[in-house]
Amino acid sequence: MAVRVQQAPFDPGAESNVFLAAAHGAGAAVTFTGLVRSEPGAPVAVLELECYPELAVNQIAKMVAEAVARFGLLDATVLHRYGRLAAGEPIVQVMALASHRQAAFEGAEFLMDYLKTDAPFWKKEISPGGASHWVEAKPGDDAARARWKEGPT
Amino acid sequence: MKILYFAWLRERLNKGEEEVSPPPEVRTVADLIGWLAARDESAASALANPKIIRAALDARIVPPETPLAGAKIVALFPPMTGG
Repeated sequence: MAVRVQQAPFDPGAESNVFLAAAHGAGAAVTFTGLVRSEPGAPVAVLELECYPELAVNQIAKMVAEAVARFGLLDATVLHRYGRLAAGEPIVQVMALASHRQAAFEGAEFLMDYLKTDAPFWKKEISPGGASHWVEAKPGDDAARARWKEGPT
Repeated sequence: MKILYFAWLRERLNKGEEEVSPPPEVRTVADLIGWLAARDESAASALANPKIIRAALDARIVPPETPLAGAKIVALFPPMTGG
């Protein structure tokens, strides 16, 4: 199990390879990378990601422990960046290892849903013209997190 | 105690942290938010809606009714937008 909260960029492929190399015969690994989004209708040049690192590590470690217990994961790693990121750069990497694919998929999805609402990061989007705004918490993210409250799937 | 502010709360208050000494009747996180808001107009407007302010005591997230109970660092922040 590993949790890293950092300003430095990371290499998603290299991180995946290290995670997979330690799989020791597990049948399924899901690796997810979140990237800075920029769409034609809402172009983003830079994402400023504010963070409270000490709390982030505490919160994410709790989520990882819960995911491991709930889905029977054999291993899980979460990396999350903060600071100034350009469009297209990796922000977050979630990796889940399990005996079978369903647990690995669900564990990774559970971790991402919790990261959206329960990890102390705040996104400010800056457009190519320089306009900036704080991203608001989305009701859809709360709903995605809430479905895990309904009990084991 | 030290108070940390994040995201738009930090911007509206124009400070990332401050040292405060609230009186003994300020017992809980909710009391503290009320006490901070009563100090001046910019704090009153930034903290006007306590429902959207989250809090952590010594790097643990807590609900507003939680007693401060000697916490050294109180963090106040808007809903989180990670991932």
